[in-house]
Amino acid sequence: MSMQDELKSAVRAALADCDCVIGWGPGPEVLRRSPLFARQEADADLFRADFQAVNNPALFLPEYKGRKVGVVVKGCDARSVGQLVNEGLIRREEVHVIGFPCDGVIDVGKVAARLEGLCEPGEVTSLREEAGAVVLTHPGGELKLEKNDVRADKCGRCRFPNALDADLFIGAPMEPSTGEDPYDDLKALESRPYEERMAFWEREMSRCIRCYACRNACPLCVCRDQCVAVSRDPHWLTQSDGVRDKLFFQIIHASHLAGRCTGCGECERACPVGIPVLLLKRALSRRVEDLFAYRAGIDEGRPPLLTFSLDEPAIKERHW
Amino acid sequence: MSKTKFLSPGALPQWLSELAAKATVYAPRREGRAVVYRPHIEGEAPELALRPTESAKHVLFPRAEALFSFTKQGEAEKSGRRLEVQEPAEPGPAVIFGALSCDARGFLSFDPVYEGSGTDGEARDPYYLKRREKTALVVRACKRPLSTCFCHWVSGGPASGQGADVLATEIEGGFFLQAFTERGDALLDAPSLAEATAEQRAEADKAHCAADKAMGEIPDLGPAQESLLDLFDSAEFWRDRSAHCLSCGACTYLCPTCYCFNITDESSGLAGVRLRSWDNCMSPQFTLEASGHNPRPGKSARLRNRVGHKFSYYPKIHGGRFSCCGCGRCIKSCPSSVDIRKIVLDAIKEVGHV
Repeated sequence: MSMQDELKSAVRAALADCDCVIGWGPGPEVLRRSPLFARQEADADLFRADFQAVNNPALFLPEYKGRKVGVVVKGCDARSVGQLVNEGLIRREEVHVIGFPCDGVIDVGKVAARLEGLCEPGEVTSLREEAGAVVLTHPGGELKLEKNDVRADKCGRCRFPNALDADLFIGAPMEPSTGEDPYDDLKALESRPYEERMAFWEREMSRCIRCYACRNACPLCVCRDQCVAVSRDPHWLTQSDGVRDKLFFQIIHASHLAGRCTGCGECERACPVGIPVLLLKRALSRRVEDLFAYRAGIDEGRPPLLTFSLDEPAIKERHW
Repeated sequence: MSKTKFLSPGALPQWLSELAAKATVYAPRREGRAVVYRPHIEGEAPELALRPTESAKHVLFPRAEALFSFTKQGEAEKSGRRLEVQEPAEPGPAVIFGALSCDARGFLSFDPVYEGSGTDGEARDPYYLKRREKTALVVRACKRPLSTCFCHWVSGGPASGQGADVLATEIEGGFFLQAFTERGDALLDAPSLAEATAEQRAEADKAHCAADKAMGEIPDLGPAQESLLDLFDSAEFWRDRSAHCLSCGACTYLCPTCYCFNITDESSGLAGVRLRSWDNCMSPQFTLEASGHNPRPGKSARLRNRVGHKFSYYPKIHGGRFSCCGCGRCIKSCPSSVDIRKIVLDAIKEVGHV
């Protein structure tokens, strides 16, 4: 049985005691799948777990707290599930986790760059997978792209391509393609003087439309309807759309995610104008990992910034 | 109102300079992965190969604009304090250059609302209308649709001149320019442009036909208005349609026809501004009442409103016109791939109007 068929069977079986099963189904464009919520057996046939299975389905789990739901996860999505459990935002026993080996997901922006001069991504009419590659059909012919060249940046540094904690794992587990995260993206930015970095953020944030897709796509953003960005009483943030006002929100968002962000990258992917907001979260994740030896969604227990320990081993100042 | 001209690619910078001498020109620019409308910089070539990520509505309807600024003066005693109010500066002339047909048609949904339709002109919005009056639109005809495009479902077309002052069509060796308004005639009255020939007009017509032909079939959206009303209370229908919605504002803020706003007084010390800023019906605060009650408590009620407004409630009071220009940005840029076309068709099917 192929992995896709195994997946469909797993979804059908899970529906017996789950309210719904969340995964990926057909999307409005060839290159993009849509999150799919199966509630009846017939829906299972629409499920796919492949190169276009981009969205993080863990995002939806807190909405279903108190009911049992199934969820199909990539390795990175499973880390979000783990972190939601760690923080008590969902109950592990209420989630039926179906894992599969992930060899990376598409970055439509990278595909767009490769299609330049041929067409826009929305004009691609079909996609087929070949060993390690995808072949796209566009109005002018076919284009073969190596998956490694057009996969999301996060996939290039993924150490956990298989769900760390799954109730059912389909397919053969993948070997991780890399060891430690070198944080090359951050190092490149940090090698520049402060003025240039500020100019970089001001330039990037200048096209922010404040849709808050970054916030709403984040599985660990838990304030939901009570976000400071939109509260009116008290009116924490101005409605003025200056670049610094917009950056201010991103700093708040990143701070709230410090030590909680699993690096799924959905904030950045969701941004309709392509602002690299994941960088801010990665800067804080690296710091938390250095200081507290805690990796969100991998290490168990309460995130260090949600607790207080008199003897943080990595904080040396008290012994001076 | 029917001037035609020919623009050779080499003359584009000069024409832009001529336009920029008389007005602020907003043109598409690539920034990172996005294409956004920015004030034109002399010598910069506009991005005309890719379709803009955002609509151009912020030129007429800024994301945040001060309706007036105020300063409290005098002693803080009961009767001594006065409020000095300053009106904002008058907007200057502008040209939106290289917009798409759908972008131009988007403003046709704004107009009746901001003209105070249904209020005998009582609720005219001077802020929008002043900009509208002073802004010209140079529209480029599309050649091929994206899979998310559906302008032809909602009375538009890839080469529609509706709402445009000038329509630019790419033909062999340049652009055929056609004016539709007096304002358009004035834009074409430029030394950089050549007279167009009958052959060039014929070639443009041919391009328009080819573009129209490339669009798919048109479903009957006639029953949409009633179907969506019939399904207003169908919790299950809206739960299933909104399950994957993130309830963010990407669809609304990229939409050429969404016109809702919020008003806040933003003051610091004794001075401040009354700010009008974009708002969206996908946000919980949009309907949050002072009592704390929210008549649209979750994303299914919010998405129901967004779709219902565009395809039922708005057309009902605006002569049947959908408040949607079919640009498909809400689909293309939705992080969760919500497809408004599918929701409308599902509604029609569900109610049994097919």
